[in-house]
Amino acid sequence: MAENVETVKGTSLWKDAWRRLLKNKLAVFGLIVMIIMIVAVIIGPAIIRWTTGFTADYIPSEGDLIKSFPPSAQHPMGTDEAGRDMLARVLQGGRISLMVGVISTIVSLIVGVSYGAIAGYMGGKIDNFMMRLVDIIYAIPYILIVIVLLSVFGGPNTPSFIQTMASTFGGGQALSQIFLLFFALGLVSWLTMARVVRGQILSLKNQEFVMAARATGVSTPNIIFRHLVPNALGPVIVYATLTIPSVMLTEAFLSFLGLGVQAPYASWGSLASDGIKNIAIYPWQLIFPGVTMALTLFSLNFLGDGLRDALDPQTRKF
Amino acid sequence: MVNDLKTYFQTEDGVVKAVDGITFELGKGETIGIVGESGSGKSVTNLSIMRLIPEPPGKIVNGDIIFDGIDVRKLSIDEVRKIRGKRIAMIFQDPMTSLNPFLRISTQLMEVTQLHLGHSKEQAYQHAIKMLETVGIPDAESRVDSYPHEFSGGMRQRVMIAMALSCQPELLIADEPTTALDVTIQAQILELIKNLKSEFGTSVILITHDLGVVAGMTEKIIVMYAGKVFEIAPTAELFSTPANPYTKGLLKSVPDPAHEQGKDLYQIPGLPPDVAHLPPGCPFQPRCYRAEELCVQEFPPFVQINENHRSLCHFAKEVYAESIAEKADKVAVV
Repeated sequence: MAENVETVKGTSLWKDAWRRLLKNKLAVFGLIVMIIMIVAVIIGPAIIRWTTGFTADYIPSEGDLIKSFPPSAQHPMGTDEAGRDMLARVLQGGRISLMVGVISTIVSLIVGVSYGAIAGYMGGKIDNFMMRLVDIIYAIPYILIVIVLLSVFGGPNTPSFIQTMASTFGGGQALSQIFLLFFALGLVSWLTMARVVRGQILSLKNQEFVMAARATGVSTPNIIFRHLVPNALGPVIVYATLTIPSVMLTEAFLSFLGLGVQAPYASWGSLASDGIKNIAIYPWQLIFPGVTMALTLFSLNFLGDGLRDALDPQTRKF
Repeated sequence: MVNDLKTYFQTEDGVVKAVDGITFELGKGETIGIVGESGSGKSVTNLSIMRLIPEPPGKIVNGDIIFDGIDVRKLSIDEVRKIRGKRIAMIFQDPMTSLNPFLRISTQLMEVTQLHLGHSKEQAYQHAIKMLETVGIPDAESRVDSYPHEFSGGMRQRVMIAMALSCQPELLIADEPTTALDVTIQAQILELIKNLKSEFGTSVILITHDLGVVAGMTEKIIVMYAGKVFEIAPTAELFSTPANPYTKGLLKSVPDPAHEQGKDLYQIPGLPPDVAHLPPGCPFQPRCYRAEELCVQEFPPFVQINENHRSLCHFAKEVYAESIAEKADKVAVV
């Protein structure tokens, strides 16, 4: 026997998927743009403040008659109609937009995965009841639900737990409005997730390893969340990455209508909404937030598609 | 000990009597074999013992399952869970699908002992390595963190056995443990079960449709057909002097190496019956070589041949006498 046989470390699923992802040019592009975007919105506002002194709320040109300056060295994206630096506002708005996307997706992940997994594993009447409930909620236009939720619980009627959450982050009414938006969007986007997970669990639960786990005395919650959910993770991740852009788009849409994020906070949607008023005179006020958002959404979709191909090689098309 | 166990399944096609009144006893350290064709209720019997029958549609409608003085049927599901894996363990048919592909071998082995023996992570990890060594996996320490797909079928079955024996159960149910493996691995796995059995003093229920497997392993054999026990006898006696036409058919179906090439192999004619629609008479009657009018009309009695040997047939005594005569013939020829 050879003594120095190198033990081959098996490539894990994740390593394999990562390699496949790197072969996909569009997905890599999306990944790079997303990394730049995330870094920019996290540290960008601080850098701008440090170099030029502008913040999202700072109005440098107090007293001038015209406050909307076109892009220049000082203001790379120009200023908005109140004279605030657009770059700072776009980055600030990006924070909110990305946060809405990520947090709402996490809410939908938690709700959707547990709901779908329980329905799928329990089966029978419980499954039937749970999934019919999903069907009913599905039948109502989700945008309607969000609008109703926002207008009923918005303003002074915000549930107290959201208000306390907002105030722990040092924000007032406007911030709790954003938190409300997270929950409202999360609570309507879990439906498809629940269906995806349920389908996965249904096909997994009759496999022998589940029976083997039961035969060794593992409890039902443990079987669902330790043995079954990890096996369904691939499609869940893919679906989650595709949920983020769709939630962001919904948020932009709501903010555009004036229902979502409100001043002094900004999101790409509300920036675009402000910009559209002056589209003929100051087009940069619409173009910059619009392009930034479009770039981000494209990147996220490319990344999501790439991940789907990477994590689910069977359905890969050539 | 299992007494008059009946497990029925409610289907759209009527009630399927998958297991219909099976009774047997198993002493400490003993091995019993259950043989029969596909669909004869072998697996359902054992799932019933573990209370793993999906309800609905399945239901254990009658009988007692007494394990070490405990009636398993009367326990709550939480109490059953404490027995599963700890005192009664199970090895499954297909090692390729019985391990969770997403979890490391160590995680799956540790889960059992953490659950039942209250091991800490470190203890459980050491125990997992020890168990892998016991079942003969080389280089256990480095392989324990592998994923199931890095193991071959035989190695996975060893892992399953390691998992089943982790808590030193008093009863091991092996549901066709070697069907999915090739013959050499089969022999190794059986040898392993045999050795571990004598080491730990475990009782074993061995389910199989391979008569060769049970011959060398068991003290007693149950022959099942259509959810019923057709014959129960000590292994040697069942092979030499069967008292049931079905058992005789099974034994004759085993290919003989001396069999002349080109000649057809023996097989029992027909197919196993649909257990949802059994005729009133003997379920084996349409396929039986010595069926008579009586067999169509009346369900056969369970005839006691001698102390340990019983057979479900109207003509059990006659078949038994026949077998003895044949045996005498063979001896005379030799």
